[in-house]
Amino acid sequence: MSTRSPVVLQPSREFIAGASATIPLLIGAAPFGIIFGTLAEPNGLSALAAVLMSVVVFAGASQFIALGLLAVGTSVPIIIATTFVLNFRHILYSANLVSKVKHLPHYWRAIMAFGLTDETFAAVNNRYLQLGNLKNAHWFYLGSFLAMYTNWITCTFIGLTLGNIFPEMHNWGLDFAMSVTFIGMVIPYLKNRPMIAAVIVSAALAVVSYELPHKLGLLLASFSGIAVGLSLMMLENRRRPAIKESTS
Amino acid sequence: MNETLLISGMFAVTFSVRYVLFAVAGKVNFPTWLNKALEFVPPVVLMAIIAPSVSMPKGELWLSYTNPWLLAALVAVITAWVRKDLLTTIVVGMLAFAGLRFGLGV
Repeated sequence: MSTRSPVVLQPSREFIAGASATIPLLIGAAPFGIIFGTLAEPNGLSALAAVLMSVVVFAGASQFIALGLLAVGTSVPIIIATTFVLNFRHILYSANLVSKVKHLPHYWRAIMAFGLTDETFAAVNNRYLQLGNLKNAHWFYLGSFLAMYTNWITCTFIGLTLGNIFPEMHNWGLDFAMSVTFIGMVIPYLKNRPMIAAVIVSAALAVVSYELPHKLGLLLASFSGIAVGLSLMMLENRRRPAIKESTS
Repeated sequence: MNETLLISGMFAVTFSVRYVLFAVAGKVNFPTWLNKALEFVPPVVLMAIIAPSVSMPKGELWLSYTNPWLLAALVAVITAWVRKDLLTTIVVGMLAFAGLRFGLGV
């Protein structure tokens, strides 16, 4: 069909590929959604509100923090402000994707923005790194997003049910599933020294600054890691002028 | 507590953060250094989430061979490094975690 690029898949093929690429990530996200469901009612969020939050907000970490804040009696505006800070990392993700969405109509961009999560970003980013063409890549994104979305809402339901049966479930350590999934996502990126340095700096600072309010440490660690990685990359490129680099 | 206000407020701030740059995509061009910087985003952000959750699972720094979160995370790192397969990493990491937690009695 294509004359410009050898790899243009049909929308349906892209959609299925996106959903398939996301399956391992679902396994990591599922326990997280289930725990959210189990924690909702004990922390003062009604079952209906918990499901609605998963459907409307669709942001795992924020939903957890919201529960934690509700439990200690935090006011609604403070919870909303904390959500804003916590989700600020999505600015970094969306900045990364800007060049991949600029040809799309705005309703597509809005759907993609709503579905932007750590997991879908990682799946889609791999797709963009492996296959250059963008023609139907948004269908891949949609497949990944809907897989995550369905999984998240279903797991919230399961959690609400299980939470009534096993009230101690949130102490089982199922949250480790998310850490281990993220580890599996990070390691393939560590192919050069700037990237490794960036990740080490980010890890160290995230731990040291963990006590900062509103999870600001997450942003501090991320920006510091990026700054260190970028500086090292520019230094290495300067030492090896054979590699062409457009410096400004 | 007003649950409708909570959910609509959380939706508004979450969606606007995710959408704002998509909305202006094509109208603004990023300089080269910024595009280079953005390549670091995925691993750096994920690591900023992982590091505290495995090294301070109970809220305080716990750098010890008796911390099953930390040990199982190391097992997962090695597995991911050797096998480069996400599903294997998740399964081995979770089994290691379950075993260590049971073995260490935490």
